[in-house]
Amino acid sequence: MRNIFLFIRRYFNFLFFLLLQGFSIYLILHYSLYHKAVFTNTANQLTGKINEQYNKVEYYFQLKKTNDSLVKANEKLYNKLKSDFELPDTTSKMVIDSIRIDSMERFRRYLYLNAKVVANSVVAQNNFIVLGRGEAQQLKEGMGVVDPNSGVVGIITELSKDYAVVMSLLHKDSHISGKLMHGGETGTLNWDGKIPNIITLTGIPKSAKVARGDTIITSGFSTSFPKGMLIGYIEEIIADKSTNNYLIKLRSAANFYNLEFVYAIDNRQTEDIKTILDKAKKQTQ
Amino acid sequence: MSSLVKNIIRFAFFLLVQVFVLDTIHLHQMVTPYIYFLFILWLPFRMGRTWLMVVAFLLGFAMDSFRHHPGFHTAACVLIAYLRPFLINLLIPQEGADNNYEEPSIKSMGGMLPYLVFTGVLTFIHHGWLFLLEAWQFGNIWYFLIKTLLSTAVSLVLIVITELLFVRKQKFRTNTI
Repeated sequence: MRNIFLFIRRYFNFLFFLLLQGFSIYLILHYSLYHKAVFTNTANQLTGKINEQYNKVEYYFQLKKTNDSLVKANEKLYNKLKSDFELPDTTSKMVIDSIRIDSMERFRRYLYLNAKVVANSVVAQNNFIVLGRGEAQQLKEGMGVVDPNSGVVGIITELSKDYAVVMSLLHKDSHISGKLMHGGETGTLNWDGKIPNIITLTGIPKSAKVARGDTIITSGFSTSFPKGMLIGYIEEIIADKSTNNYLIKLRSAANFYNLEFVYAIDNRQTEDIKTILDKAKKQTQ
Repeated sequence: MSSLVKNIIRFAFFLLVQVFVLDTIHLHQMVTPYIYFLFILWLPFRMGRTWLMVVAFLLGFAMDSFRHHPGFHTAACVLIAYLRPFLINLLIPQEGADNNYEEPSIKSMGGMLPYLVFTGVLTFIHHGWLFLLEAWQFGNIWYFLIKTLLSTAVSLVLIVITELLFVRKQKFRTNTI
């Protein structure tokens, strides 16, 4: 017994070192376990506050770029206005609906919530974006996030009261499904951790017709994103010799270097889809 | 200013510079400069190894809180805090120099070369361990090696610039009254 105490006293520093290292590596490996802990909430709230203060200053330097992208988004919306199109015949004349229940509201599927980016990174291997809007302002876990020109940015993974953390596309664990706009084949998006703004799309069969410059959009299969959000444009097509698939390099539609404003997409049917899926799974068991 | 207050200010300062200045610079995908760990290298000589590791742990953890994936910087910081006393013992010029000066600097280490070796080795270990932990999941050895070497070089240049810009007055203390 005495020898054990002597040993511990003698090698205390080394044991303490091993303990701290072990703890850090445990944190790296068991990230999902850890992030459920109450602590992250306070840590996010704190770092979010600091980031927000800094962003207040930095925001002014980005105003020009932000303005440009908002103008572009506005232009796109103007072009979708009904008044831009001529009605072909009288059968599609607008009629005032006399039913007093608002029949449109029930069918709203997606609600866009704007949010300010307070912190952003592209240099790390696992990149996150912090939004200055949180649980108290209607954000939920699993919501998709797009930039003003509907380019996919990421998915919300963590929430505190006033801040939300978005796992950006530039994260090794981010696996959003993407679809060829022309052909309709779907594949999975990955990031290899090297060049920001360049993402890999895998799982597109060699039978698909692909060309440089083609657009990749979201498939709409997940509840996070509506169908047709822009993901990127094909930059390079590599034929994978070991499989029957292409390895496609994309240039992302969203520019991760200068994100200022983004929109979180609330899918109002998430709950419905979840319950129905759970029901189906139960039946098969 | 007492040593404690000075180090608390340094802690916050290095952290903010790292997060808001260096992390927003995108030099190249291979080069990610870090300087915040210089805080650990600048801690006083007389600080015990256990406390060094505790402080390094706190610094790494604070850094990780900004990155939203805890563990990477914590592990790297604790490692260099553990190795720091070994290196100081190897490089310190004469017996008792660590009693005469308060903290490691060009003057107290006895010249530019020992100090560069001291910072260089610890920078390399910090970056290497950090990128290794990060690259574990990617598994490309060449990418990891080149990234570590290039980043170490850039970080070292930054450290030298910091040393030249912020001259730390090192009082010569003797324990013979």
